[in-house]
Amino acid sequence: MKPIVTVIDYGIGNLFSVSRAIEHCGAEVHLTDSIEEIANAERLVLPGVGAFEDGMQGLAERKLIEPIREYAESGRPFLGICLGMQMMLDVSEEFGVHKGLGLIPGRVQAIPTTGADGQPHKIPHIGWNGLVEAPQAEEWNRTILRDVKVGDAVYFVHSFTPVPEQAEHRLADCVYDGLALAAVIKAGNLYGCQFHPEKSGDVGLSIFQQFVKAS
Amino acid sequence: MPNLRLIARLDIKGPNLIKGIHLEGLRVVGDPQTFSKRYYEAGVDELIYMDIVASLYGRNNLTEIVRHTARNVFVPLTVGGGVRSTDDVKELLRAGADKVAINTAAIQRPELITEVSRRFGSQCMVLSIEAKRLASGKWEAYTDNGRERTGFDVIEWVQRGQELGAGEILLTSIDQEGTRKGFDVALTRAVSDAVTIPVIASGGMGRFEDLAEVVQTGHADAVAMADVLHYDRLNLQDIRTQARAAGLMVRQL
Repeated sequence: MKPIVTVIDYGIGNLFSVSRAIEHCGAEVHLTDSIEEIANAERLVLPGVGAFEDGMQGLAERKLIEPIREYAESGRPFLGICLGMQMMLDVSEEFGVHKGLGLIPGRVQAIPTTGADGQPHKIPHIGWNGLVEAPQAEEWNRTILRDVKVGDAVYFVHSFTPVPEQAEHRLADCVYDGLALAAVIKAGNLYGCQFHPEKSGDVGLSIFQQFVKAS
Repeated sequence: MPNLRLIARLDIKGPNLIKGIHLEGLRVVGDPQTFSKRYYEAGVDELIYMDIVASLYGRNNLTEIVRHTARNVFVPLTVGGGVRSTDDVKELLRAGADKVAINTAAIQRPELITEVSRRFGSQCMVLSIEAKRLASGKWEAYTDNGRERTGFDVIEWVQRGQELGAGEILLTSIDQEGTRKGFDVALTRAVSDAVTIPVIASGGMGRFEDLAEVVQTGHADAVAMADVLHYDRLNLQDIRTQARAAGLMVRQL
């Protein structure tokens, strides 16, 4: 029996790439917007690109906010990707202030427009950037980053960045123009990746591989 | 700065990867899947697919090719050519594209930029510019692979595009495209310095030094390479090694 990964389909694009990457790692993908399937999922992925408000609205219209919260409390593996990760936090400041799922305490804020040196830099942060251990991160070897080495590059594209309230919820950071931005967040069974593992070559595939094995 | 992105650009007509000279004379190079897979395995940072006849027919015909590519290639894929509406964008994203590059339809109806970026995120909205040098030292934006003038000044247009929500600029020099004589460095620099969003320089790469120049002097954030890769005049590993030696930051593989 192949492991099953349930991917939430809430009207936001790019599900094909996520599905394909997970299938590549030997799992079967179920795309769904069904409350029941989410409740019964073995492993749940919340993907997403685009604006925060639209994403939350997509979930709300399908009445998926409560089912996702309940799933998250069940202790089963959960992975939010990009916008899906940002929605795991309490609040976002993108185009106004919008409530998130509130799975991990924290806010989503705009990436500062200047780097550590005070000089302006390009926004969005687009491209391949290396993962580094966040200051209070737990050991990667017991997480979905098991096969990732410090410095391995993954693909980012974002203008907003999640800022968890508790430093120990940051598992990996990336450094953009001298600024440490949260790249992977973790709270128990809940994971979020700001970058796109489905677009990050072998490093990204290794993260899905570990997620598929997680239980 | 983030790592310089090394991008392979595949211009596609029907089922074929083609190469163009000044975006006019076309020659079939081969099957796009073969090339995209090869580039992925060689560590390319991103891919761009351009349906170069799409605007003639009014639609993008790359959905099937995109779907096939996304099965085996796990790096970002930008698709352009004939994208006219948010529905077109949705179809390409659903097929596995990550971003769309829009030129003609954005010129005709600039609000499309805002619609796409609001609905799918600005990271998805790549404003594609075909720039031609004018005697005045400025550049004019063209459409339809350099055939149609628009009267738009490139610098004014990219600034407006950024305000409207574009997340990235794909900047193709019509003058340099297919010449192998190097990028239009002055153009790239003028555009890159006029906006805060990343700029992909495209058109004219013949040797490694061209890349270094358009990044160091032209301030490009990414470089799109076409026939220099298709004909194996340079390969990605060598480009990476040389980039590092020249002090350019590239992805560590």
